[in-house]
Amino acid sequence: MSDRVIYFEKQKKIYPRTVTGRYRRLKWLAMAVLLGIYYAVPWIRWDRGAHAPNQAVMIDMPARRAYFFNIELWPQEVYFFAGLMVLAAVGLFFVTSLLGRVWCGYACPQTVWTDLFVAVENWIQGDRNARMKLDKSPLSLNKIWKKTATHAVWLLIALGTGGAWVFYFMDAPTLLDQILHLNVSWMAGSWILGLTASTYIMAGFARDQVCTYMCPYARFQSAMFDKDTLIIGYDRERGEPRGKHKQGTSWDGRGHCIDCTQCVVVCPMGIDIRHGLQMECIACGLCVDACNDVMGRMNLPPGLIRYDTQRNYERRTLAQKMGVAAQQDWSIWRPRTYYYIAIMTLISGIMLAAFVNRSVVDLSVIHDRNPLYVKLSNGDIRNTYTLKIINKTHEDQTFRLSVAGLLPRDVSVAGTAVTADALVVLADSVGTFRVMVVAAEDKSQPRRDITLSIDTADGVLASRMDTIFITQGAM
Amino acid sequence: MADDRKEKDSITGIETTGHEWDGLKELNNPAPRWWLWVFLVTVIWSVGYWVVYPAWPTITGATEGTWEWTQYRELEKSQAEIHQRRAKYQERFHAADVKQILADAELYEFARVGGAAAFKENCAACHGTGAAGGRGYPNLNDDDWLWGGTLDKIHETIRVGVNSGHTDARGTQMPAFGREGLLSAAQINDVTEYVHKLHEGDQAQVTAAYARGQRVYADNCAACHGASGEGMQDMGAPRLNDEIWLWGGDKASIHNTVVNAHTGVMPAWEGRLSPDTLKALTIYLHSLGGTEPDVPERHE
Repeated sequence: MSDRVIYFEKQKKIYPRTVTGRYRRLKWLAMAVLLGIYYAVPWIRWDRGAHAPNQAVMIDMPARRAYFFNIELWPQEVYFFAGLMVLAAVGLFFVTSLLGRVWCGYACPQTVWTDLFVAVENWIQGDRNARMKLDKSPLSLNKIWKKTATHAVWLLIALGTGGAWVFYFMDAPTLLDQILHLNVSWMAGSWILGLTASTYIMAGFARDQVCTYMCPYARFQSAMFDKDTLIIGYDRERGEPRGKHKQGTSWDGRGHCIDCTQCVVVCPMGIDIRHGLQMECIACGLCVDACNDVMGRMNLPPGLIRYDTQRNYERRTLAQKMGVAAQQDWSIWRPRTYYYIAIMTLISGIMLAAFVNRSVVDLSVIHDRNPLYVKLSNGDIRNTYTLKIINKTHEDQTFRLSVAGLLPRDVSVAGTAVTADALVVLADSVGTFRVMVVAAEDKSQPRRDITLSIDTADGVLASRMDTIFITQGAM
Repeated sequence: MADDRKEKDSITGIETTGHEWDGLKELNNPAPRWWLWVFLVTVIWSVGYWVVYPAWPTITGATEGTWEWTQYRELEKSQAEIHQRRAKYQERFHAADVKQILADAELYEFARVGGAAAFKENCAACHGTGAAGGRGYPNLNDDDWLWGGTLDKIHETIRVGVNSGHTDARGTQMPAFGREGLLSAAQINDVTEYVHKLHEGDQAQVTAAYARGQRVYADNCAACHGASGEGMQDMGAPRLNDEIWLWGGDKASIHNTVVNAHTGVMPAWEGRLSPDTLKALTIYLHSLGGTEPDVPERHE
């Protein structure tokens, strides 16, 4: 007899049964809130005047601006996004170390959309048993109708998902109008179709495979776990020995688990939580709901399957061996909690400081390198600087340039009739000026440190930058 | 592989691959079937590349692919894109003269950038990438201009060149006073002494040689270089009473210049470059800050 080796395993389709209960309600709530935010946010209006889009949250790629309510970011401030990403990552690690993979169970887009797609399946095709039966049944008008309807609704949701995404990058009402008239740009169209396809495939077909095989986060989350992290677990000491229970008979000498497998059939990942914590478990708590429901009907206390810690499980095992009552406790205040709060406070503090000190006018100066300096016919030395003045305000501004650190004989702006006393920078733009500074040669100081400053029309220092004035050196 | 070498994991009952890291053994679980499909789809996708892009080498080159993609076509495409973007300004630029361009900030910037590029291609070989020149090649950043530093004069110099053979060429020729025996060795020494101190003007310390040199200068040099060394732009005669020396301002250099003379040559660019490019170059040189309307006044 030869064993046939299977190199590639066919995906086992999971038919999660619907369930009601506390965690299911929490999941519905999370889904409603998260999808609500996702679909609604692009439609919030925010008046920014004539120079900027009136959309509260928007990333304007062609104009290179990001808008978030009253915050407006330029490309060079992208570090705020980096900071947010770092904060989000640390926050995720923090929550995971305390509560386990609740991100996976409640908030991850993969979970949320899969949950929604399963709900659609359930609505059209019926619950677990009906769906299994339908899949096994031969092709019929009923089957074709139900399958077609399911996929149609899925595709609609997927289209809505892809459609909503592009609203974050263009004025939503304008874009919606374009979409309705099938008059979208190549770019917007391919994003919509791409995200429609990925939503349809990931939430309709790939589902648990994403968490098990594709998601890197699922794989390294165990690194954030410790013995006090909340995980979903089966109370083996209370449940075993398991077995069918006949109504009216005694519970003495046997466990509370009646082996009804409700925890297995509701699991969206298709695992049996009674085998202990597994890599696939996304901590969604649906098995807890299912088991509590059964326990209630058996007139037994809930919590045979529950969120608990590894430490408590181990204590119970040990206590049972020794025949004593197990100490069971859990505190949110652990050294890790403090580390994480400290790290997050630090990052938030840095970001806040950077944000508060963020200026609306910025000056940058580049000293000409070729040539470093120019000798004029009267023996004076001229240095040329390229000034870039960033005006983030929504008004045109006029700046006065001043030079500190040497006595210039002349400060002028190369080109048209602009003078250094009145550098005009248009609203929400960058002004570039080539400024020529002329000073007497000072042979004792081949290189002088100087400062260029720009003042606003009412004499307030807007920005400054240190640079050099070179009067000698290799040409 | 012999069966006796297979090992099963005691907890899961799944065969291991025999690979072990830090006491963890890899289970020989099958990979998901869809993964295989994704792999096969990428293989099929790659066939598409063979079809549409140049892929297979042949004796004379390679298969062309149905999209006829080449790097040259990509270049043509991006050049066409640039021409299209420039077209917006090109017509206005073409119609405007240098002074009108100077008054139009947008055209000015268009010209300056175009001129900078043209300068690096055509002029940098002699004048340097930063237009700072070198010995014998004028620095175009400063305020000293052999043939005049107004926009019109710069434009004309670029157009016709210097000693270039162009019919309108600017022409100049300094006699080699020493080599041709026009002045004696002593006279040359004296005039060198004088010219070396010309920029000091009234403050110059008058020595016997200086006084003799002054007379030699007045007789032989002043006709072109001016009575007080102020130069003459119509002749391309350099100003001698300033701090800028094309061929060196030390005594030895000046002496050498008087003995052997120097004659600069600059090609005429008319015919080689388009009139628009000449205009753009003029504007670029103006932007360097040394042109005459912008000369800083002397503060004494």
